[in-house]
Amino acid sequence: MSKTSAKASAASSDARHAILGRIKKSLAQSPDGGRGAATQTDAQRLATVKARLAAHEVQSTLQRVAKSPAQLVALFRSFLEGQSASVIDVAKPADIAAAIAQYLRENNLPASLRMGDDGYLAAIDWSSEANLTGRYGAATDSDAVGLSHALAGVAETGTLFLASGADNPVTINFMPATHIIVIRQTDIVGSYEMAWDRIRKAYGDNTMPRTVNMISGPSRTGDIAGVLVRGAHGPKDICVIIVKDD
Amino acid sequence: MQATSRDFKDNAHQAIKDEQLQQALSGLPTGFAAARARARENLPEFEQLRDIGRDIKDHTLAHLDLYLAEFERRAIAAGSQVHWAATAADARRIIADICIKADAKLVAKGKSMISEEIALNEHLIKQGMEVAETDLGEYLIQLRGETPSHIIAPAIHLTRDQIEADFRKAHDRLPAERLLNEPEQMVAEARAILRQKFLAADVGITGANFLIAETGSTVIVTNEGNGDLTQSLAGTHIVIASIEKVVPTLEDASTILRLLARSATGQETATYTTFSTGPRRNGDPDGPGHCHVVILDNGRSEMLAGAFRDVLRCIRCGACMNHCPVYNAIGGHAYGWVYPGPIGAVLTPSLIGVREAGELPNASTFCGRCEAVCPMRIPLPKLMRKLREREYGDGLTPRSFLIGLKAWAWFARHPRLYQMGANLVLPLMARMGARRGAFKWLPFAAGWTSYRDLPSPQGRTFQKLWAQQLQQDQDQEQEQEQEQDQVQQQNRLLARQPPPEQQASTGEAGSHGEAS
Amino acid sequence: MPRQSMPQKTAHDAALTAPRVGLFVTCLVDLMRPSVGFAAVKLLRASGCHVEVPAAQTCCGQPAYNAGDKADASAIAKQTIAALEDYDFIVAPSGSCAGMLKHHYPRLLAGETDWAERARRFAGKVHELLSFLVHQRGITDLGGLNARYDGRVTYHDSCSGLREMGIKAEPRQLLAMVEGLELVEMHDAEVCCGFGGTFAVKFGEISNVMVEKKTVNISQAEPDLLLAGDLGCLMNMAGKLKRQGSKIAARHIAEVLAGDLSAPAIAAGAHDECDGCKSRKEGG
Repeated sequence: MSKTSAKASAASSDARHAILGRIKKSLAQSPDGGRGAATQTDAQRLATVKARLAAHEVQSTLQRVAKSPAQLVALFRSFLEGQSASVIDVAKPADIAAAIAQYLRENNLPASLRMGDDGYLAAIDWSSEANLTGRYGAATDSDAVGLSHALAGVAETGTLFLASGADNPVTINFMPATHIIVIRQTDIVGSYEMAWDRIRKAYGDNTMPRTVNMISGPSRTGDIAGVLVRGAHGPKDICVIIVKDD
Repeated sequence: MQATSRDFKDNAHQAIKDEQLQQALSGLPTGFAAARARARENLPEFEQLRDIGRDIKDHTLAHLDLYLAEFERRAIAAGSQVHWAATAADARRIIADICIKADAKLVAKGKSMISEEIALNEHLIKQGMEVAETDLGEYLIQLRGETPSHIIAPAIHLTRDQIEADFRKAHDRLPAERLLNEPEQMVAEARAILRQKFLAADVGITGANFLIAETGSTVIVTNEGNGDLTQSLAGTHIVIASIEKVVPTLEDASTILRLLARSATGQETATYTTFSTGPRRNGDPDGPGHCHVVILDNGRSEMLAGAFRDVLRCIRCGACMNHCPVYNAIGGHAYGWVYPGPIGAVLTPSLIGVREAGELPNASTFCGRCEAVCPMRIPLPKLMRKLREREYGDGLTPRSFLIGLKAWAWFARHPRLYQMGANLVLPLMARMGARRGAFKWLPFAAGWTSYRDLPSPQGRTFQKLWAQQLQQDQDQEQEQEQEQDQVQQQNRLLARQPPPEQQASTGEAGSHGEAS
Repeated sequence: MPRQSMPQKTAHDAALTAPRVGLFVTCLVDLMRPSVGFAAVKLLRASGCHVEVPAAQTCCGQPAYNAGDKADASAIAKQTIAALEDYDFIVAPSGSCAGMLKHHYPRLLAGETDWAERARRFAGKVHELLSFLVHQRGITDLGGLNARYDGRVTYHDSCSGLREMGIKAEPRQLLAMVEGLELVEMHDAEVCCGFGGTFAVKFGEISNVMVEKKTVNISQAEPDLLLAGDLGCLMNMAGKLKRQGSKIAARHIAEVLAGDLSAPAIAAGAHDECDGCKSRKEGG
């Protein structure tokens, strides 16, 4: 480590000590009487925190997702359509390529997709769409259409969960003006917490993908005199393809 | 950011006279209020969520040191560097050092109120860097050299015409005859220009809506996606966040997220909520190579000890200012610092002192709408009153006001003198005001009569009239009792007399008979 | 003013049937518009209460309290409590004063061993007038009071009444009992009128912007009469309407409910065609 960065990290470490110390002191002094810190020992406080983190209990659930899987899919779809997203149902994986090609044609988009190494997308049979080309890796500014695979969809607000990586580079979610997202129907769950549970199972406790994007529609802004406009910096249009995949 | 909260009254005056501002204010914040009401109706659990959210934050604050330490541990494990800044100056220095080490020429920024609080942009510019705000609202005010006037919609005070004029002036390389009066056109133009900034940026700086202790993740919430492009494209990503942003688990964040967008703009959810955990990993084709999280104190650790701890529950939704009739009259700049509206009225004096910003909590009618809509149930009017107590205790209350207050309190504590004084003055006032019914002007009442008439009093106090009434009723009772006594007496006298011989008239006998 | 004799009840009767109400007059009613106080008494008696008005009361202490002067506020609070605590109920024709007595007196005196419990007990008996009539007395008609108004009325929800005391449905329920009255709701009835006690004077310019927005909303509802449950708000709004040359009258809701429109409306001149006269002409 260089001399300046050693100095910097020492200063930071001093600040850390000071800040955490001040917090602890303030809490011990605080007039709240019983909200916690003032009346507990260090060991008790630490035990409380450890237990709460380990349990990661669900704190709230919404009635609106107490529904059957089919109803959840319908709810998921209606929220996305309400945000001006296109939602296409596809009966089986073999139909995905045709659905994408049709969407591109209908919207006058080039027959070229930017995508990652995602296994599910790789398994798509593109043979029926010979003129559809794929570019792999991080998105560039010249990509018009991006294609991703969502690891989960949440019905409570019509939200897609996408994890970044070589499979689904994060820039694909934001740079192209059109973003197509493929999701398996069985990956649509009721609540955010259910999606987080899936992520914990897939990546391990306390471990996250580098980025999880919760996406609930195309990019938008109301900053120009309150008028809602799509495509502020991210995609102007998103198309969600729900695959029955049975 | 340099505070001008001392000049609140003047600032407010300017704001009221500013026609363009008044035009901008006439629709927008109240539009957010209506949208929030709809979102709340659409979610039966809304009120319950406010309680749960408050409890999550209270629990976290009570164990803040431990959760911050846990966040740091996980963030470092994920490959981030964590820095601690006690003051705004420390934070500026740390961030500038990181940027210099990264040889940064261009810094892209997502929206961050903390970065305003520490006056980051000016500092980086002084070090020779270019700073590009990428949130569209922030970009608009950067073009004007202004500060944000609302914590969610920083350019809420600008009209369409002003924005068009600013674009034509700033984007002077674009064809002058292009059409630019529709918002779609302006957004498209900004998108193209800012896309180039994203691509060229060496460092991306964002704030954080949450720091997740469980995973070491930082969370940003946007509708535009600018924060995501800011943090994904540059080689270095810096997160600046204050200590109270930490929450324990992903589940805790999920609950509070259910309240955030609904309270802010009435959306069910913002378009993008992004959880970032560390820099690029092996095999990642994109993402920043370096991640830094700067944790800022700047006065908050002290706030934990006192009466203003509840303010640290704030999740920066902006609902309070959207519903505040004072904010809706004067806009955000009048508050003179980073945080406007009711939250600003409490946070600003808490952070920069009552002497500087004591006027802010005075400028409230305590209508209570802010507290009614705050998703974290922060008792804002109560806290404003506490600040007024502090001001009073420090002897900062303006002298003329104090004299009036003390005089009134003295009379209030001496009811008999109060009544005497009132019943001397009121009849005069009533006589003067009876014809018209109100005064256009009255000595000592110019503060009122400058803007509205002062209704004339009815001329006597209620207490005086009530006492008169009681007296009348008593007299009437006495009279009645006396009459009754007389009648009874007469009857007794008559009873002792021998009954009148046949000479008595029927009428007399009858009336005697009825008398008892 | 119509003469009302005191109810002739023995202590025995009173204990059985008529609750003893101590009226907290409020400073504005006391000084500016006693007719509101008399209307309140009339309503309370009609609902079967015995009403007294202790003399040792002036102000609820809000101006001092809201200015951060806890010492004066506490002294006034103690005076008020001492004057009124022995009644079965303490009723005020004002959401803001009732809120002060009910919610803030206990907070103010929480730290004083002798007074904390007294303030709590006292607060438990405090009611705002309209809420008291509807919930405690359960009144369902105003028949005996000749409550009548032939015209359009709009109602402003005063902030403390609404948010501290929860009063929203009650005035509307009571107004529905007034013969001939047509209630029209204004836009943003729940938004602050800009009075806020000393705020109206300290921040007059901002207060003016707020009351101007309020008068726009009032006018758009096209009422003959503006009502509210708080005299401070009413004086503010009526004063602004008058300055604007508006013909819309303003009264305290108690006056209409008690069937007493004999006094000129707020800010109305002695010879103005008041809504009361108008109403009587139209066959009230």
